[in-house]
Amino acid sequence: MVKVNLDEIVSRLLDAEEVELEKVSITAEELTFNLRQAEAKLLEKKRIKFEPPIRQYKGKIAEVQLGATKAEGGSRKKVVKLGGQASLYHFEGGRKNKPVVAFDVFDMPMQSFPRVLRDIWSEVWDDPGEWAKKAVKLGTELITIHLISTDPFIKDTPPREAAKTIEEVLQAVDVPLIIGGSGNPQKDPLVFEKVAEAAEGEMLLLASANLDLDHKRIVDAANKYRHNVLSFTSMNITDQQALNKLLRDEGLPKERLVQDPTTGALGYGLDYTYSIIERLKQNALNGDDILQNPIFCGVTNAWAAREAWMDEPAWGPREYRGPLWETITAVTVLNAGADGMMMLHPEAVRATKEIIDSMSGELRAQEIKYENWLSEV
Amino acid sequence: MAKISPLQIYRLLPGTNCRECGETTCMAFASALIERKKIYEDCTQLKEKKYAEQREKLIELTTPPIKEVVIGAGEKTAAIGGEEVMYRHELTYFNPTAFFLDVHDEMSEKELNERLERIKKFNVTRIGQKLSLNGIAVRSKSNDAAKFGEAVLNVVEKCNLPLVICSLNPELLEVGLEIAAKKRPLIYAATKEKWNEVAKLALKYSCPVVASSPGDMQVLIDLVQNLLGKGIRDIVLDIGSYPKGEKFYEMTENLAMLRRLAIENEVKVLGFPILGVPCVIWMDEKEPVKGAMAEATFAAVQMLRFCDMLILHSLDIWALLPLLTLRQNIYSDPRVPVSVQAGLNTIGKPDENSPLLFTSNFALTYYTVAGDLESSKISCYVLVVDTGGLAVEASMAGSKLTAEGIKRALEETKASEKVKHKKLIIPGRAARISGEIEDATGWEVMVGPVDSSKIGAYLKEKWR
Repeated sequence: MVKVNLDEIVSRLLDAEEVELEKVSITAEELTFNLRQAEAKLLEKKRIKFEPPIRQYKGKIAEVQLGATKAEGGSRKKVVKLGGQASLYHFEGGRKNKPVVAFDVFDMPMQSFPRVLRDIWSEVWDDPGEWAKKAVKLGTELITIHLISTDPFIKDTPPREAAKTIEEVLQAVDVPLIIGGSGNPQKDPLVFEKVAEAAEGEMLLLASANLDLDHKRIVDAANKYRHNVLSFTSMNITDQQALNKLLRDEGLPKERLVQDPTTGALGYGLDYTYSIIERLKQNALNGDDILQNPIFCGVTNAWAAREAWMDEPAWGPREYRGPLWETITAVTVLNAGADGMMMLHPEAVRATKEIIDSMSGELRAQEIKYENWLSEV
Repeated sequence: MAKISPLQIYRLLPGTNCRECGETTCMAFASALIERKKIYEDCTQLKEKKYAEQREKLIELTTPPIKEVVIGAGEKTAAIGGEEVMYRHELTYFNPTAFFLDVHDEMSEKELNERLERIKKFNVTRIGQKLSLNGIAVRSKSNDAAKFGEAVLNVVEKCNLPLVICSLNPELLEVGLEIAAKKRPLIYAATKEKWNEVAKLALKYSCPVVASSPGDMQVLIDLVQNLLGKGIRDIVLDIGSYPKGEKFYEMTENLAMLRRLAIENEVKVLGFPILGVPCVIWMDEKEPVKGAMAEATFAAVQMLRFCDMLILHSLDIWALLPLLTLRQNIYSDPRVPVSVQAGLNTIGKPDENSPLLFTSNFALTYYTVAGDLESSKISCYVLVVDTGGLAVEASMAGSKLTAEGIKRALEETKASEKVKHKKLIIPGRAARISGEIEDATGWEVMVGPVDSSKIGAYLKEKWR
């Protein structure tokens, strides 16, 4: 005879669909069974079985490495890999590399920043090295240095001096760097040439080659000194295809090309950006070779929206509104398929990274019991 | 998407080119049907008996893969779903995600009334569009029938917005439905435990119902099959809302699978709108600013992952504004041209001494600038330069906005005949090319503010 206590019987009953008791005697004064109601049983027809809708894709996004370690001919402690995915969603096989965030750093004080950002960065903005250090401390995998002072209409900093700035930043931090130009089409190629030479082998991302400048010079410099190039167009898929092709024809290897179709701020063109990124990703995976490159987005553009920075009581405090505006811009391009994002506000970066980690299934967090929300909110 | 061609539809039409629908040919009507600019009822001949079979086929063919569910009755309703495509660039999205705000039965009458007032009065206008909240979700927090009934009654009396009646207890649901049935609320929710009782309520009160299966896709399918089997047609899907961690990951994947199965794989049992509940953030976040930020971010993710309605908690304008703006963006019609016509426009009643400004022909830039100028009450000329439909900064980067282009625009519009002076106010964002503009045009350039919200103050100070 086996003796079992009542608790054990009850716990077995909870798990079982059917329980058969044979030759048992129960000694108890009263015995109550509270059986749960039977769960959903099909009433009619065949049960439709759930199957994940997995697609086969013809294409694959090139994997691009930013930064190089000592062993690889650079001096970075860690490198960043972008892209490499062969499907649209995780359930189809996963994205190879997690999207990354790069803090923006400038080579001069940015008096034009919105107040919310000035308050955060002004203490370090006289020194790009210090600015970079603070950015890395606040937690991004890489940073962008915008050599904005090289613009002939701003400070006209000579290329040689800009290269020195980059050398200083390379000394100050050990993460991979993205190099932003000033946007002046005559000057940028000259600046990139000098920077590329000074940082030989560091696998920088030169940002950017555009249709309206001498992109061949940038490609040549990138090839000669082993760097990557950002192919930047303004919200136009045909232009993106054309520029990617030009750069490739000029000798830039596919795995050294990152693309940026321009990020419009939330409320100011983000809808175009959203659909263009979705189309870029889908066309690439469906086999368009010339678009099979990771996508980097200038999420910082979110701050161009007046709703992000303007002191307007009717819209609530801008200290909260600004970072949230940037976060939601980031989340939007991320969902469309961005592989990397340039950003500016630490809180927006933190929130975005949390979403990235959650979306890639890496974040372990205390989970809620959703069923209880009616009583627990 | 039901990838239908106009030809497939054309074959089912009378083919008489009668023009009664307003289109010149049946083929044109077929295209209009696909773009949802017309509905099948617009074809008068199709109503004739001899076309009955074709008509049925046509309805089948043109019914969107995501059923449209209407919550509410009478003056204010919320239509959700009705989508044809998975990605907006494939056509357009139709019904913007509906935002429902939660209230519960443990609020005092005063609290409840105040909250209802705030929800009703909430109103922001952005680029000419009113952005508003769409409904109220009344939930039973107390699990007490009397309290819940009172709360529902209060909401029904004070507010004409569409409702969701929320409880997992069918008895409580019935209390709420008895009061609110006339408003055709959405019932939350039929679960695997109590779906049968809830299905009876949905039929008795003819209301749409949420099928809720947190984290389990197979159970969700089973539930919907059961509800359909009972004859329920208006269903909303709930796969659970998880703001963080591994379950968040599962949720985002499940949401993508749900929509792909429904639209691309044509699994009809999943062809229903999806509910997201971002307010679950507040289950373990009590700090108001952090919570509102997290809720808005989570809501954005759910909206981008195809959720057709959301239940939200925070009423902070700074948190709702970005969310409403995102909805405005994502649900804008990508087929509508994004640019306005280039040329010389007037604000107010300008004369030969009035200022002349230029801006891009990107619709959003133009309407923003025009709105700011109008509210400044200063009469002026606005030269709309063809920038290829791009904003000022983007168009300069892509060389779509150049000094030469501005010169051409000045000449083509004969601007110098409209004003006596030769001063051109340019956007602050075009300051970089101010010298080039002066050289090319021979006009004196005045660099205006970077953001046009400052244009009124700028003109008052600088223009005389």
